[in-house]
Amino acid sequence: MTAILKDRRVRDSILQIAFVGSIVLVVVVFALTARVNLEAQGLTSGFGFLERSTGWRISFSLIEYSTSSPYWKAIVVGILNSLFLGAIALPLATLIGVAIGVMRTSGNGMAELVGTFYVETFRNIPLILQLLFWYTLLLSLPSAREATPILGGIAFTGRGIYIPGLNVTGESVFVAAVITMTAMALALRFRAKRWPDLDLKQAGRERRLLWGAAVVLAIVILWIGRIPETSLLSIPEQRGLNFREGIRISPELMACIIAIGVYGGAYIAEIIRAGFNAVPKGQGEAGHALGLTSWQIFSRIRLPLAIRIVMPTLINQYVWLFKATTIGIAISFTDFFMVASTAINQSGQTLELIAILMGGFLIINYTIAWVLNRVNDAIKLRGTQLRI
Amino acid sequence: MTASVMPAALSRQPVLGVLKKKYFATRLDAAVTVLFAAFIAWIVWSLVNWGVLDAVFGPNQGDVCREDLEGGACWSVVSTRWRIVLFGLYPFEEQWRSGIACIAMVVVAILSCIPWFWSARRLPVLWVVGFATFYVLMRGGFLGLAEVTEQNWGGLSLTIFIFAAVSLLGMPLAIIFALLRRSKLPWIARTMALVIDTIRSLPLLTIMFTFAIVMPFVLPDWAIGDKLYRVIVGYALFFACYQAEIIRGGMQALPNGQEEAAKALGLGYWHRIGYIILPQAFRNALPPTINQFVITFKETSLVTIIGFFDVMASGRAASGTAEWNFAVVEMYVFVALIFYVFVFSLSRYGAYLERRLGVGRR
Repeated sequence: MTAILKDRRVRDSILQIAFVGSIVLVVVVFALTARVNLEAQGLTSGFGFLERSTGWRISFSLIEYSTSSPYWKAIVVGILNSLFLGAIALPLATLIGVAIGVMRTSGNGMAELVGTFYVETFRNIPLILQLLFWYTLLLSLPSAREATPILGGIAFTGRGIYIPGLNVTGESVFVAAVITMTAMALALRFRAKRWPDLDLKQAGRERRLLWGAAVVLAIVILWIGRIPETSLLSIPEQRGLNFREGIRISPELMACIIAIGVYGGAYIAEIIRAGFNAVPKGQGEAGHALGLTSWQIFSRIRLPLAIRIVMPTLINQYVWLFKATTIGIAISFTDFFMVASTAINQSGQTLELIAILMGGFLIINYTIAWVLNRVNDAIKLRGTQLRI
Repeated sequence: MTASVMPAALSRQPVLGVLKKKYFATRLDAAVTVLFAAFIAWIVWSLVNWGVLDAVFGPNQGDVCREDLEGGACWSVVSTRWRIVLFGLYPFEEQWRSGIACIAMVVVAILSCIPWFWSARRLPVLWVVGFATFYVLMRGGFLGLAEVTEQNWGGLSLTIFIFAAVSLLGMPLAIIFALLRRSKLPWIARTMALVIDTIRSLPLLTIMFTFAIVMPFVLPDWAIGDKLYRVIVGYALFFACYQAEIIRGGMQALPNGQEEAAKALGLGYWHRIGYIILPQAFRNALPPTINQFVITFKETSLVTIIGFFDVMASGRAASGTAEWNFAVVEMYVFVALIFYVFVFSLSRYGAYLERRLGVGRR
């Protein structure tokens, strides 16, 4: 017996089996206890409840949802809201981050001061505190009766921000957006680098044609999808105690967008700054020697190099920021997490809903990381393109 | 955007030269400088106006604030109700204990910034002793000190308690996770990698929520424990997964020769890890580790959502009464300042260490 234990391979196998076995054991104990507890409380397990109607309202939804909608639809609404928030807040954070990052590396003392001030302020205060702060500010805007629209129809009120919109169905907006993005992706693919024998002039013409066709198609689709008996353009108007028409951005959504954009911007600014610092000086000097203007050096040499250098860090940051959107529950923004926790309260199907919640986040985050890693693989510097 | 100014010219006009180079190198730079200077001046002026000149200080000035139409800050809410923010629902006569406990923990944090304590014996001893002091003082129940259970802890002291407990529990876990993930045995390494990657891609809030709400369903009765400790365990697990990756990064930056040389000298696994690998890995990983502590301290504020009365929640409660409900922003500013003091000093210390160790420059 002891002779067997002295064999290294046997020992290794036993160790591994013990390790994996103990983890499996924990899971099994969890499952068995859960079963006993559920039976004691008279709850049924399984995903059948997803077909039941919810009976509660969701304040903000991109698709049609009513109190008689089933649970699965509420969860879809939540996921879409989370994605929607991410799709607005993450680009906003990137924009702010690049602007501040550029300011902090511009060489202008005053711009660097403002940038440093920004980063040190917003990075050192918890996100939830900032979110509540912005939310309080947005709620304390004047009431709809006292607010005056500016710039032909944008109104800031305590009940939300009203902006002009189109009287079209959500589906047509979605289709039009998909068409525009497909055209953009196609146009980006037609690049001289990939097809060395490409006729540049003709490619440019085709690209313009592609853009034009996409824009026309998008407009046509929006026209077809307009809601009957209304004017195409919908501008917020003061009527009585409230604003009618236009698009209302709720204070909850707005506060989430601002908070995540501002907080994420501070982090991304630091990443971008590190990227600019990592671009060798010689790159800019070489551009100077070739007679490029400062703007050209910045936009064609330093920025693209900096982005490529920090891309892996940025990807982690995006995943992290997307996870941070769950904070919306603090001000009752109905994102994925909020919908899931409300559903747990209402239906009692705790384990199933937690599984859906975690599975959903795993899928979304892995997808974000996967897509951005593909982008990184496509644009990253190879071989001798940059010697640091 | 900078014009090239010869160093020789700079040395002749040290102040003016630097000024010109940094602020007025080109016409565009001059415009940017003036614009931003005006912007800064405006911000500073509005803040001073709001926070100092038009503000109302001194306790119990709520009525003055309400009549004050200037729109200045009402710091009266802070000077009246700061005890709630710092100590929460802790009994009033016993709050000195909570204060001393917090100071003790802050002293521990400051001491652990001194390199003399950076050894595998001193640092854990320091933290365990500090944490025990904190706990005993807060909990009481001996030598005539009244017992105060965890349900009555709150405010800044609860935030510090959660942070300290998570660090104390998470750090050893992180080392174990990192070692397991680097294990030569494929099944152990793979399982650990799966666990770490899964937990890392979940939001902290869902983890806390799971440990607070869901765990009672799946745990046997004897293991359920208090909600506060369940959340701490969940948070420590989350912290450990992030920190394990940081330590692993520090280990990967080590040249292979280090471990090979240790093997050649006949050192066993634990000696290699304890005396060769981990000390150097921690040195490499020091700046991101401090950053991780900064983030962990900030994110303790998420426990507000799970229903704990931490500094964030007590700040809201302090301005949540009918008497003070107009002074919410002032309270937020106060809580933000508390966080700022801790987080800013820690992150400055991290930046100082990074420069001193020269880690970023190799």
